Amino acid sequence: MNWEFVLHQATSGLANGAIYASVALALVMIYTATEHINFAQGEMAMFSCYIAWQLIDWGLPYWVAFFCTIAISFAGGVAIERVILKRFHNAPVLAVIIVFIGLLVIFNSIAGWIWSTVLKQFPSPFVDIFPTTKLVGPHQLGVVLTILIILTGLYLFFRFTPLGLAMRAAAQNPVSARLVGVRVNWMLALGWGLAAAVGAVAGMMVAPIVFLDPNLMAGILLYGFASALLGGISNPGGAVLGGFILGLLENGIIVVENLVGVTVFGNELKLTVALIVVIAVLIFKPSGLFGKVRVKRV
Amino acid sequence: MALLEVKGVKAYYGQTEALHDVSFALEEGGITTLLGANGAGKTTTLRSICGMVRTVGEISFSGRRINGMATEEIVRMGVAHVPEGRGTFVNLTVDENLRLGSYTQGKKDRVQRDLDLVFNYFPRLKERLQQQAGTLSGGEQQMLAIARALMLAPRLMLLDEPSFGLAPLVVQEIFRIMRRINEEEKVSMLLVEQNAALALDLADHAYLLETGNVVMSGPAQVIKNDEGVRRSYLGY
Repeated sequence: MNWEFVLHQATSGLANGAIYASVALALVMIYTATEHINFAQGEMAMFSCYIAWQLIDWGLPYWVAFFCTIAISFAGGVAIERVILKRFHNAPVLAVIIVFIGLLVIFNSIAGWIWSTVLKQFPSPFVDIFPTTKLVGPHQLGVVLTILIILTGLYLFFRFTPLGLAMRAAAQNPVSARLVGVRVNWMLALGWGLAAAVGAVAGMMVAPIVFLDPNLMAGILLYGFASALLGGISNPGGAVLGGFILGLLENGIIVVENLVGVTVFGNELKLTVALIVVIAVLIFKPSGLFGKVRVKRV
Repeated sequence: MALLEVKGVKAYYGQTEALHDVSFALEEGGITTLLGANGAGKTTTLRSICGMVRTVGEISFSGRRINGMATEEIVRMGVAHVPEGRGTFVNLTVDENLRLGSYTQGKKDRVQRDLDLVFNYFPRLKERLQQQAGTLSGGEQQMLAIARALMLAPRLMLLDEPSFGLAPLVVQEIFRIMRRINEEEKVSMLLVEQNAALALDLADHAYLLETGNVVMSGPAQVIKNDEGVRRSYLGY
Protein backbone atom coordinates (compact mmCIF):
# COMPACT_ATOMS: atom_id res chain seq x y z
CA MET A 1 0.00 0.00 0.00
CA ASN A 2 1.14 3.53 -0.77
CA TRP A 3 1.37 5.16 2.67
CA GLU A 4 2.39 8.49 1.25
CA PHE A 5 -0.82 8.59 -0.72
CA VAL A 6 -2.91 7.65 2.30
CA LEU A 7 -1.25 10.28 4.49
CA HIS A 8 -1.63 12.90 1.81
CA GLN A 9 -5.33 12.14 1.53
CA ALA A 10 -5.65 12.24 5.30
CA THR A 11 -4.03 15.66 5.66
CA SER A 12 -6.02 17.16 2.82
CA GLY A 13 -9.13 15.62 4.38
CA LEU A 14 -8.25 17.31 7.65
CA ALA A 15 -7.78 20.65 5.88
CA ASN A 16 -11.20 20.40 4.22
CA GLY A 17 -12.64 19.12 7.47
CA ALA A 18 -11.27 22.14 9.33
CA ILE A 19 -13.16 24.43 6.96
CA TYR A 20 -16.39 22.43 7.30
CA ALA A 21 -15.87 22.44 11.07
CA SER A 22 -15.61 26.20 11.31
CA VAL A 23 -18.70 26.75 9.16
CA ALA A 24 -20.53 24.14 11.26
CA LEU A 25 -19.48 25.95 14.43
CA ALA A 26 -20.73 29.28 13.06
CA LEU A 27 -24.11 27.66 12.33
CA VAL A 28 -24.28 26.01 15.74
CA MET A 29 -23.46 29.23 17.59
CA ILE A 30 -26.57 30.86 16.17
CA TYR A 31 -28.65 27.68 16.32
CA THR A 32 -28.11 27.03 20.04
CA ALA A 33 -29.22 30.58 20.85
CA THR A 34 -32.16 30.88 18.45
CA GLU A 35 -33.01 27.39 17.11
CA HIS A 36 -32.64 28.80 13.60
CA ILE A 37 -30.19 27.80 10.89
CA ASN A 38 -28.68 30.91 9.37
CA PHE A 39 -28.84 30.12 5.66
CA ALA A 40 -27.03 33.37 4.93
CA GLN A 41 -23.95 32.26 6.93
CA GLY A 42 -22.11 31.17 3.79
CA GLU A 43 -22.87 34.33 1.84
CA MET A 44 -21.81 36.46 4.78
CA ALA A 45 -18.48 34.61 4.73
CA MET A 46 -18.19 35.12 0.97
CA PHE A 47 -18.84 38.84 1.40
CA SER A 48 -16.16 39.00 4.11
CA CYS A 49 -13.81 37.33 1.70
CA TYR A 50 -14.41 40.05 -0.90
CA ILE A 51 -13.70 42.67 1.75
CA ALA A 52 -10.38 40.93 2.44
CA TRP A 53 -9.64 40.77 -1.29
CA GLN A 54 -10.41 44.47 -1.63
CA LEU A 55 -8.15 45.41 1.28
CA ILE A 56 -5.32 43.34 -0.18
CA ASP A 57 -5.97 44.85 -3.60
CA TRP A 58 -5.62 48.31 -2.06
CA GLY A 59 -2.16 47.28 -0.96
CA LEU A 60 -2.60 46.19 2.65
CA PRO A 61 -0.33 43.36 3.81
CA TYR A 62 -2.17 40.02 3.97
CA TRP A 63 -2.29 39.68 7.76
CA VAL A 64 -3.44 43.25 8.27
CA ALA A 65 -6.24 42.61 5.80
CA PHE A 66 -6.98 39.28 7.52
CA PHE A 67 -7.51 40.80 10.95
CA CYS A 68 -9.32 43.87 9.61
CA THR A 69 -11.70 41.54 7.79
CA ILE A 70 -12.37 39.58 10.96
CA ALA A 71 -13.12 42.82 12.84
CA ILE A 72 -15.37 44.15 10.06
CA SER A 73 -17.21 40.83 9.83
CA PHE A 74 -17.72 40.76 13.59
CA ALA A 75 -19.19 44.26 13.52
CA GLY A 76 -21.30 43.34 10.51
CA GLY A 77 -22.68 40.25 12.26
CA VAL A 78 -23.58 42.28 15.34
CA ALA A 79 -25.23 44.92 13.14
CA ILE A 80 -27.33 42.38 11.22
CA GLU A 81 -28.70 41.02 14.49
CA ARG A 82 -29.32 44.40 16.09
CA VAL A 83 -30.83 46.04 13.03
CA ILE A 84 -32.71 43.26 11.26
CA LEU A 85 -33.15 40.03 13.23
CA LYS A 86 -33.94 41.76 16.49
CA ARG A 87 -37.30 42.65 14.94
CA PHE A 88 -38.03 38.98 14.28
CA HIS A 89 -37.38 37.53 17.74
CA ASN A 90 -41.01 36.59 18.20
CA ALA A 91 -41.83 36.04 14.54
CA PRO A 92 -42.99 32.69 13.17
CA VAL A 93 -40.23 30.36 11.97
CA LEU A 94 -41.07 30.79 8.29
CA ALA A 95 -40.71 34.56 8.50
CA VAL A 96 -37.23 34.14 9.95
CA ILE A 97 -36.30 31.66 7.23
CA ILE A 98 -37.40 34.12 4.57
CA VAL A 99 -35.24 36.79 6.20
CA PHE A 100 -32.24 34.44 6.06
CA ILE A 101 -32.88 33.57 2.43
CA GLY A 102 -33.35 37.24 1.67
CA LEU A 103 -29.99 38.04 3.25
CA LEU A 104 -28.42 35.21 1.25
CA VAL A 105 -29.66 36.64 -2.05
CA ILE A 106 -28.85 40.22 -1.07
CA PHE A 107 -25.24 39.44 -0.14
CA ASN A 108 -24.81 37.34 -3.25
CA SER A 109 -26.06 39.98 -5.64
CA ILE A 110 -24.39 42.92 -3.93
CA ALA A 111 -21.05 41.12 -4.09
CA GLY A 112 -21.56 40.49 -7.80
CA TRP A 113 -22.62 44.10 -8.32
CA ILE A 114 -19.62 45.62 -6.52
CA TRP A 115 -16.88 43.22 -7.53
CA SER A 116 -18.36 41.54 -10.68
CA THR A 117 -18.81 37.81 -10.95
CA VAL A 118 -15.49 37.20 -12.69
CA LEU A 119 -13.31 34.73 -10.77
CA LYS A 120 -10.64 36.40 -8.67
CA GLN A 121 -7.42 34.93 -7.42
CA PHE A 122 -7.15 35.00 -3.63
CA PRO A 123 -3.68 34.71 -2.10
CA SER A 124 -2.61 32.13 0.44
CA PRO A 125 -0.23 33.56 3.05
CA PHE A 126 1.03 30.11 3.96
CA VAL A 127 2.90 29.47 0.71
CA ASP A 128 5.74 31.69 1.98
CA ILE A 129 5.63 30.38 5.54
CA PHE A 130 5.62 26.60 5.22
CA PRO A 131 7.75 24.46 2.90
CA THR A 132 6.09 22.28 0.32
CA THR A 133 6.36 18.64 1.26
CA LYS A 134 5.06 15.51 -0.38
CA LEU A 135 2.67 14.86 2.47
CA VAL A 136 0.98 18.16 2.92
CA GLY A 137 0.75 21.39 0.97
CA PRO A 138 1.68 24.64 2.74
CA HIS A 139 -1.83 26.05 2.41
CA GLN A 140 -3.45 22.94 3.85
CA LEU A 141 -1.10 22.99 6.82
CA GLY A 142 -1.84 26.68 7.35
CA VAL A 143 -5.60 26.09 7.16
CA VAL A 144 -5.52 23.37 9.80
CA LEU A 145 -3.31 25.42 12.12
CA THR A 146 -5.29 28.65 11.72
CA ILE A 147 -8.60 26.96 12.36
CA LEU A 148 -7.26 24.96 15.29
CA ILE A 149 -6.02 28.19 16.86
CA ILE A 150 -9.42 29.82 16.39
CA LEU A 151 -11.32 26.81 17.74
CA THR A 152 -9.05 26.66 20.79
CA GLY A 153 -9.47 30.38 21.36
CA LEU A 154 -13.24 30.10 21.17
CA TYR A 155 -13.23 27.11 23.50
CA LEU A 156 -11.18 29.00 26.09
CA PHE A 157 -13.42 32.05 25.71
CA PHE A 158 -16.66 30.14 26.24
CA ARG A 159 -15.25 27.92 28.95
CA PHE A 160 -13.29 30.31 31.13
CA THR A 161 -14.43 33.91 30.74
CA PRO A 162 -17.45 35.46 32.50
CA LEU A 163 -18.68 36.84 29.16
CA GLY A 164 -18.42 33.42 27.52
CA LEU A 165 -20.31 31.92 30.45
CA ALA A 166 -22.99 34.59 30.14
CA MET A 167 -23.35 33.83 26.42
CA ARG A 168 -23.80 30.13 27.14
CA ALA A 169 -26.34 30.91 29.85
CA ALA A 170 -28.26 33.24 27.54
CA ALA A 171 -28.40 30.55 24.86
CA GLN A 172 -29.49 27.79 27.25
CA ASN A 173 -32.04 29.62 29.32
CA PRO A 174 -32.71 33.22 28.33
CA VAL A 175 -35.31 33.80 31.05
CA SER A 176 -32.98 32.77 33.87
CA ALA A 177 -30.09 34.61 32.23
CA ARG A 178 -32.09 37.85 32.41
CA LEU A 179 -32.75 37.13 36.08
CA VAL A 180 -29.03 37.26 36.83
CA GLY A 181 -28.72 40.51 34.91
CA VAL A 182 -27.35 39.18 31.62
CA ARG A 183 -28.32 41.43 28.70
CA VAL A 184 -29.57 38.56 26.60
CA ASN A 185 -30.19 40.55 23.42
CA TRP A 186 -26.61 41.74 23.36
CA MET A 187 -25.35 38.21 23.95
CA LEU A 188 -27.29 37.18 20.88
CA ALA A 189 -25.76 39.98 18.82
CA LEU A 190 -22.33 39.01 20.11
CA GLY A 191 -23.01 35.43 19.01
CA TRP A 192 -23.83 36.72 15.54
CA GLY A 193 -20.61 38.70 15.50
CA LEU A 194 -18.53 35.68 16.48
CA ALA A 195 -20.29 33.47 13.94
CA ALA A 196 -19.67 36.02 11.20
CA ALA A 197 -16.01 36.30 12.20
CA VAL A 198 -15.50 32.53 12.22
CA GLY A 199 -17.27 32.31 8.86
CA ALA A 200 -14.96 35.01 7.48
CA VAL A 201 -11.91 32.95 8.44
CA ALA A 202 -13.42 29.86 6.81
CA GLY A 203 -14.04 31.89 3.64
CA MET A 204 -10.49 33.23 3.53
CA MET A 205 -9.20 29.67 3.93
CA VAL A 206 -11.36 28.34 1.09
CA ALA A 207 -10.83 31.14 -1.41
CA PRO A 208 -7.18 30.37 -2.28
CA ILE A 209 -8.18 26.79 -3.17
CA VAL A 210 -11.13 27.46 -5.46
CA PHE A 211 -10.85 31.14 -6.57
CA LEU A 212 -13.13 33.86 -5.31
CA ASP A 213 -16.59 34.37 -6.81
CA PRO A 214 -20.01 35.20 -5.36
CA ASN A 215 -20.90 31.51 -5.14
CA LEU A 216 -17.75 30.67 -3.20
CA MET A 217 -19.53 29.37 -0.12
CA ALA A 218 -22.69 27.87 -1.60
CA GLY A 219 -21.36 24.31 -1.45
CA ILE A 220 -19.31 24.81 1.71
CA LEU A 221 -22.38 25.96 3.63
CA LEU A 222 -24.08 22.69 2.74
CA TYR A 223 -21.10 20.66 3.96
CA GLY A 224 -20.92 22.77 7.11
CA PHE A 225 -24.58 22.10 7.69
CA ALA A 226 -24.12 18.37 7.10
CA SER A 227 -21.17 18.38 9.52
CA ALA A 228 -23.22 20.12 12.18
CA LEU A 229 -26.03 17.60 11.78
CA LEU A 230 -23.60 14.68 11.76
CA GLY A 231 -21.91 15.79 14.97
CA GLY A 232 -25.06 17.06 16.62
CA ILE A 233 -26.44 20.51 15.92
CA SER A 234 -26.99 21.24 19.61
CA ASN A 235 -23.39 20.48 20.54
CA PRO A 236 -20.58 22.83 19.37
CA GLY A 237 -17.83 20.31 20.06
CA GLY A 238 -19.78 17.62 18.22
CA ALA A 239 -20.34 19.88 15.23
CA VAL A 240 -16.63 20.61 14.98
CA LEU A 241 -15.81 16.90 15.17
CA GLY A 242 -18.52 16.31 12.56
CA GLY A 243 -16.64 18.66 10.23
CA PHE A 244 -13.38 16.79 10.60
CA ILE A 245 -15.13 13.45 10.23
CA LEU A 246 -16.82 14.57 7.02
CA GLY A 247 -13.51 15.85 5.62
CA LEU A 248 -11.75 12.60 6.43
CA LEU A 249 -14.69 10.54 5.21
CA GLU A 250 -14.73 12.00 1.72
CA ASN A 251 -11.02 11.39 1.24
CA GLY A 252 -11.31 8.01 2.91
CA ILE A 253 -13.53 7.00 0.02
CA ILE A 254 -10.73 7.83 -2.44
CA VAL A 255 -8.27 5.83 -0.33
CA VAL A 256 -10.54 2.80 -0.21
CA GLU A 257 -11.10 2.94 -3.96
CA ASN A 258 -7.37 3.19 -4.46
CA LEU A 259 -6.78 0.17 -2.21
CA VAL A 260 -9.35 -1.95 -3.95
CA GLY A 261 -8.11 -0.73 -7.31
CA VAL A 262 -11.36 0.42 -8.84
CA THR A 263 -12.66 3.92 -9.38
CA VAL A 264 -16.40 4.17 -9.08
CA PHE A 265 -16.94 7.53 -7.44
CA GLY A 266 -13.63 9.33 -7.82
CA ASN A 267 -13.10 12.96 -6.92
CA GLU A 268 -16.37 14.08 -8.49
CA LEU A 269 -18.66 11.97 -6.36
CA LYS A 270 -16.65 11.53 -3.17
CA LEU A 271 -18.62 14.20 -1.33
CA THR A 272 -21.93 12.84 -2.52
CA VAL A 273 -21.01 9.50 -1.04
CA ALA A 274 -19.91 11.18 2.17
CA LEU A 275 -23.27 12.94 2.38
CA ILE A 276 -25.05 9.64 1.84
CA VAL A 277 -23.13 8.27 4.82
CA VAL A 278 -24.24 11.32 6.82
CA ILE A 279 -27.87 10.67 5.93
CA ALA A 280 -27.47 7.03 6.87
CA VAL A 281 -26.06 8.01 10.27
CA LEU A 282 -28.91 10.45 10.83
CA ILE A 283 -31.49 7.77 10.09
CA PHE A 284 -30.18 5.76 13.02
CA LYS A 285 -29.17 8.68 15.21
CA PRO A 286 -31.34 11.69 14.36
CA SER A 287 -29.71 13.93 16.95
CA GLY A 288 -26.27 13.34 15.43
CA LEU A 289 -23.29 11.34 16.69
CA PHE A 290 -22.64 13.54 19.73
CA GLY A 291 -25.95 15.35 20.02
CA LYS A 292 -28.22 15.14 23.00
CA VAL A 293 -31.67 13.74 22.46
CA ARG A 294 -34.07 16.50 23.39
CA VAL A 295 -37.35 15.52 24.85
CA LYS A 296 -40.14 18.00 24.68
CA ARG A 297 -43.10 17.81 26.97
CA VAL A 298 -46.39 18.08 25.08
CA MET B 1 -40.10 55.49 52.03
CA ALA B 2 -41.09 51.98 51.13
CA LEU B 3 -38.46 49.89 49.35
CA LEU B 4 -41.01 48.53 46.93
CA GLU B 5 -44.28 50.17 46.07
CA VAL B 6 -46.93 48.62 43.85
CA LYS B 7 -49.78 50.98 42.98
CA GLY B 8 -52.90 50.05 41.05
CA VAL B 9 -51.09 47.49 38.92
CA LYS B 10 -52.84 45.49 36.23
CA ALA B 11 -50.87 42.77 34.47
CA TYR B 12 -51.54 41.09 31.14
CA TYR B 13 -50.68 37.79 29.46
CA GLY B 14 -51.48 38.75 25.88
CA GLN B 15 -55.00 40.15 26.10
CA THR B 16 -55.86 38.39 29.35
CA GLU B 17 -55.82 40.55 32.45
CA ALA B 18 -54.23 38.52 35.24
CA LEU B 19 -53.94 41.21 37.92
CA HIS B 20 -56.83 43.62 38.25
CA ASP B 21 -55.79 46.30 40.68
CA VAL B 22 -53.01 45.25 43.00
CA SER B 23 -51.50 47.70 45.46
CA PHE B 24 -49.13 47.07 48.30
CA ALA B 25 -45.92 48.34 49.79
CA LEU B 26 -42.91 46.61 51.25
CA GLU B 27 -40.70 48.17 53.90
CA GLU B 28 -36.96 47.72 53.77
CA GLY B 29 -35.53 45.00 55.97
CA GLY B 30 -38.43 42.68 56.58
CA ILE B 31 -39.98 39.59 55.08
CA THR B 32 -43.34 40.10 53.45
CA THR B 33 -45.49 37.31 52.19
CA LEU B 34 -48.15 37.21 49.52
CA LEU B 35 -50.77 34.59 50.25
CA GLY B 36 -53.52 33.29 48.07
CA ALA B 37 -55.02 30.23 46.44
CA ASN B 38 -53.97 28.80 43.10
CA GLY B 39 -54.49 31.35 40.35
CA ALA B 40 -54.85 34.29 42.72
CA GLY B 41 -52.02 36.10 40.94
CA LYS B 42 -49.11 35.57 43.33
CA THR B 43 -46.62 34.46 40.71
CA THR B 44 -47.85 37.11 38.28
CA THR B 45 -47.24 39.77 40.92
CA LEU B 46 -43.62 38.69 41.28
CA ARG B 47 -43.22 38.50 37.53
CA SER B 48 -44.68 42.00 37.20
CA ILE B 49 -42.15 43.40 39.65
CA CYS B 50 -39.21 42.15 37.62
CA GLY B 51 -40.60 43.11 34.26
CA MET B 52 -41.46 39.67 32.90
CA VAL B 53 -45.08 40.54 32.06
CA ARG B 54 -46.72 43.63 30.60
CA THR B 55 -48.15 45.90 33.28
CA VAL B 56 -49.97 49.18 33.65
CA GLY B 57 -50.03 51.15 36.88
CA GLU B 58 -46.93 51.97 38.87
CA ILE B 59 -44.25 49.81 40.40
CA SER B 60 -41.36 51.63 42.03
CA PHE B 61 -38.25 50.29 43.66
CA SER B 62 -36.39 52.52 46.12
CA GLY B 63 -38.21 55.52 44.70
CA ARG B 64 -37.59 54.78 41.03
CA ARG B 65 -40.29 53.65 38.67
CA ILE B 66 -39.34 50.25 37.28
CA ASN B 67 -42.25 48.96 35.27
CA GLY B 68 -41.48 49.22 31.60
CA MET B 69 -37.79 48.54 32.25
CA ALA B 70 -36.12 45.38 30.94
CA THR B 71 -35.82 42.50 33.41
CA GLU B 72 -32.02 42.56 33.36
CA GLU B 73 -31.94 46.27 34.22
CA ILE B 74 -34.32 45.78 37.15
CA VAL B 75 -32.13 42.92 38.35
CA ARG B 76 -29.09 45.16 38.11
CA MET B 77 -30.81 47.65 40.45
CA GLY B 78 -30.81 45.00 43.20
CA VAL B 79 -33.92 42.89 42.72
CA ALA B 80 -33.15 39.16 42.70
CA HIS B 81 -35.92 36.82 41.62
CA VAL B 82 -35.85 33.14 42.59
CA PRO B 83 -38.47 31.95 40.14
CA GLU B 84 -41.06 29.21 40.31
CA GLY B 85 -39.36 25.97 39.29
CA ARG B 86 -36.01 27.44 40.44
CA GLY B 87 -34.66 28.44 37.02
CA THR B 88 -31.21 26.97 37.56
CA PHE B 89 -29.06 26.37 34.49
CA VAL B 90 -29.32 22.60 34.53
CA ASN B 91 -26.54 21.99 31.99
CA LEU B 92 -24.05 24.19 33.80
CA THR B 93 -22.10 23.27 36.91
CA VAL B 94 -22.99 24.56 40.37
CA ASP B 95 -19.88 26.71 40.22
CA GLU B 96 -20.92 28.24 36.88
CA ASN B 97 -24.45 28.86 38.17
CA LEU B 98 -23.06 30.75 41.15
CA ARG B 99 -20.60 32.71 39.04
CA LEU B 100 -23.45 33.78 36.78
CA GLY B 101 -25.07 35.23 39.89
CA SER B 102 -22.09 37.53 40.26
CA TYR B 103 -21.97 38.34 36.54
CA THR B 104 -23.08 41.93 37.17
CA GLN B 105 -20.57 42.41 40.00
CA GLY B 106 -17.48 42.22 37.86
CA LYS B 107 -14.41 42.21 40.10
CA LYS B 108 -12.69 38.92 40.85
CA ASP B 109 -11.93 39.40 44.56
CA ARG B 110 -15.56 40.40 45.03
CA VAL B 111 -16.69 37.14 43.41
CA GLN B 112 -14.56 35.05 45.75
CA ARG B 113 -15.84 36.92 48.79
CA ASP B 114 -19.44 36.43 47.69
CA LEU B 115 -18.80 32.73 47.06
CA ASP B 116 -17.44 32.33 50.59
CA LEU B 117 -20.49 34.12 51.93
CA VAL B 118 -22.78 31.78 50.03
CA PHE B 119 -20.94 28.66 51.25
CA ASN B 120 -21.37 29.93 54.78
CA TYR B 121 -25.15 29.61 54.31
CA PHE B 122 -25.14 26.60 51.98
CA PRO B 123 -22.11 24.46 52.85
CA ARG B 124 -23.61 21.59 50.85
CA LEU B 125 -23.14 23.50 47.60
CA LYS B 126 -19.41 23.68 48.19
CA GLU B 127 -19.22 19.89 47.97
CA ARG B 128 -21.17 19.92 44.73
CA LEU B 129 -19.28 22.69 42.92
CA GLN B 130 -18.26 20.74 39.83
CA GLN B 131 -21.52 18.82 39.51
CA GLN B 132 -24.06 19.72 36.84
CA ALA B 133 -26.94 21.62 38.44
CA GLY B 134 -29.43 19.24 36.83
CA THR B 135 -28.05 16.33 38.85
CA LEU B 136 -28.74 17.96 42.22
CA SER B 137 -31.63 16.92 44.42
CA GLY B 138 -34.69 19.17 44.54
CA GLY B 139 -33.67 20.70 47.85
CA GLU B 140 -30.12 21.36 46.66
CA GLN B 141 -31.44 22.97 43.48
CA GLN B 142 -33.60 25.29 45.53
CA MET B 143 -30.58 26.13 47.66
CA LEU B 144 -28.59 26.81 44.51
CA ALA B 145 -31.33 29.11 43.21
CA ILE B 146 -31.35 31.13 46.44
CA ALA B 147 -27.55 31.10 46.58
CA ARG B 148 -27.34 32.41 43.03
CA ALA B 149 -29.78 35.18 43.89
CA LEU B 150 -27.65 36.02 46.93
CA MET B 151 -24.58 36.32 44.67
CA LEU B 152 -26.32 39.29 43.04
CA ALA B 153 -25.93 41.12 46.38
CA PRO B 154 -29.56 42.21 46.14
CA ARG B 155 -31.56 44.61 48.29
CA LEU B 156 -34.76 42.71 47.60
CA MET B 157 -35.23 39.03 46.99
CA LEU B 158 -38.42 37.72 45.38
CA LEU B 159 -39.03 34.08 46.27
CA ASP B 160 -41.65 32.09 44.39
CA GLU B 161 -42.74 28.93 46.24
CA PRO B 162 -39.36 27.92 47.66
CA SER B 163 -41.06 25.01 49.43
CA PHE B 164 -42.51 23.54 46.25
CA GLY B 165 -42.06 19.77 45.94
CA LEU B 166 -39.66 19.49 48.87
CA ALA B 167 -39.74 17.28 51.95
CA PRO B 168 -40.84 19.08 55.15
CA LEU B 169 -37.42 18.75 56.78
CA VAL B 170 -35.69 20.28 53.79
CA VAL B 171 -38.24 23.09 53.70
CA GLN B 172 -37.56 23.84 57.36
CA GLU B 173 -33.84 23.99 56.69
CA ILE B 174 -34.28 26.33 53.73
CA PHE B 175 -36.66 28.62 55.61
CA ARG B 176 -34.20 28.82 58.51
CA ILE B 177 -31.47 29.86 56.10
CA MET B 178 -33.76 32.45 54.49
CA ARG B 179 -34.39 34.00 57.91
CA ARG B 180 -30.64 34.16 58.56
CA ILE B 181 -29.98 35.77 55.18
CA ASN B 182 -32.69 38.31 55.86
CA GLU B 183 -31.25 39.22 59.25
CA GLU B 184 -27.52 38.97 58.60
CA GLU B 185 -27.32 40.30 55.05
CA LYS B 186 -30.16 42.80 55.42
CA VAL B 187 -31.87 41.46 52.32
CA SER B 188 -35.58 42.30 52.22
CA MET B 189 -37.76 39.48 50.99
CA LEU B 190 -41.06 39.11 49.24
CA LEU B 191 -42.21 35.53 49.63
CA VAL B 192 -44.96 33.82 47.70
CA GLU B 193 -46.23 30.58 49.21
CA GLN B 194 -49.08 28.12 48.93
CA ASN B 195 -48.17 26.84 52.35
CA ALA B 196 -49.69 29.71 54.31
CA ALA B 197 -48.83 28.42 57.79
CA LEU B 198 -45.16 28.19 56.89
CA ALA B 199 -45.07 31.60 55.25
CA LEU B 200 -46.87 33.33 58.14
CA ASP B 201 -44.39 31.87 60.61
CA LEU B 202 -41.49 33.33 58.71
CA ALA B 203 -42.91 36.65 57.57
CA ASP B 204 -43.37 39.94 59.41
CA HIS B 205 -46.08 41.23 57.16
CA ALA B 206 -48.65 39.57 54.93
CA TYR B 207 -50.93 40.43 52.03
CA LEU B 208 -53.77 38.24 50.91
CA LEU B 209 -54.50 38.05 47.18
CA GLU B 210 -57.77 36.82 45.75
CA THR B 211 -58.38 36.59 41.97
CA GLY B 212 -55.98 39.39 41.14
CA ASN B 213 -56.84 41.79 43.97
CA VAL B 214 -55.37 42.46 47.40
CA VAL B 215 -58.18 41.74 49.87
CA MET B 216 -56.41 41.90 53.22
CA SER B 217 -53.13 43.05 54.72
CA GLY B 218 -51.51 43.29 58.11
CA PRO B 219 -48.79 41.97 60.40
CA ALA B 220 -48.29 38.25 59.89
CA GLN B 221 -49.36 37.43 63.47
CA VAL B 222 -52.66 39.26 63.04
CA ILE B 223 -53.40 37.66 59.69
CA LYS B 224 -52.58 34.28 61.16
CA ASN B 225 -55.24 34.67 63.82
CA ASP B 226 -57.91 35.96 61.47
CA GLU B 227 -60.97 33.69 61.42
CA GLY B 228 -61.47 33.74 57.64
CA VAL B 229 -57.83 33.21 56.79
CA ARG B 230 -57.60 30.38 59.24
CA ARG B 231 -60.55 28.59 57.77
CA SER B 232 -59.67 29.13 54.08
CA TYR B 233 -55.88 28.94 54.08
CA LEU B 234 -54.66 27.33 57.26
CA GLY B 235 -57.34 24.67 57.55
CA TYR B 236 -58.07 24.63 61.26
